[in-house]
Amino acid sequence: MKKLLSIILIIFCIFSSYQISYAAQDIYQFTSIQNQNRFQTLTTQLRCLVCQNQNLAESNSGLANDLRLQIYQQIQQGKSDPDIINYLVNRYGDFILYQPPFKAHTIALWLTPFILLLFGLSYLIYYVRKEHT
Amino acid sequence: MKLRFIIPFIIFLTCSAVLWKGLSLHPARIPSPLIGKAAPNFQLPTLFNPQQITLDSDLKNHITLLNVWASWCATCAEEHELLLKIAKNKSFVLYGLNYKDDPDTAKKWLLDKGNPYQLIALDREGQAAIDWGVYGTPETFVIDKHGMIRYKQIGPITADDWQNTFLPLLAKLQGEP
Repeated sequence: MKKLLSIILIIFCIFSSYQISYAAQDIYQFTSIQNQNRFQTLTTQLRCLVCQNQNLAESNSGLANDLRLQIYQQIQQGKSDPDIINYLVNRYGDFILYQPPFKAHTIALWLTPFILLLFGLSYLIYYVRKEHT
Repeated sequence: MKLRFIIPFIIFLTCSAVLWKGLSLHPARIPSPLIGKAAPNFQLPTLFNPQQITLDSDLKNHITLLNVWASWCATCAEEHELLLKIAKNKSFVLYGLNYKDDPDTAKKWLLDKGNPYQLIALDREGQAAIDWGVYGTPETFVIDKHGMIRYKQIGPITADDWQNTFLPLLAKLQGEP
């Protein structure tokens, strides 16, 4: 019974994290479904600078609105995704990206999880071997 | 056996150090990628004259402070007194970039409080502000004699900021060829 309950709880937790709201997207008319998907992907990957824990798709701040319009216009002009991302990074810096690039000052950010994993694994191996003997 | 006590202690100390450092960081102040780069140009009408100005031609041979403000911005009103005071300093030129504002309200605001700016560009759509990486008002950019952005203040300039950050920086920029 307890086990079943915990499994249900885990599944609930996993799926509840997928509730992402797409605030103001339907006001834009795209020429193709691909472009619409690109718009959705871009706006969910980019951070709103005013309310920093929301992405551009979710935020209702004035600036997020302007930046969504900017992204929409650039998609309509035929700009590629890297072009659009570059445009924003040149103005607002890497901070606008939810996935920071691998750079000198982000090395710790990218490598620490792997180092910790290595530590954990070696400790596990050490522990299991000790228990065996 | 001693390791059993030492290792958790080391982990605890590391976490404490990281969290302690975190207390003094300001994640809301996003470093601008524009520092050290040429000031983005804009061509905009001004608040008091209908004529367009092109920023580029107005930046050379003097230090410029560009203050982004709006009449709807409460913090800007707080900062305004300091701007009026520093505008008496003639070692730089103070420009305003009026951000997504109603021109008439902005004019009235300045007539009430006094106008520290030598020139105010009117950015009704906020497009120039996007080019400058503005994400909130007030923000102030320091631009050197060659039109390069050298510093960006996010949020209002306090008397303390002015004394300890701006004045030394202005003196340094003044000394540059």
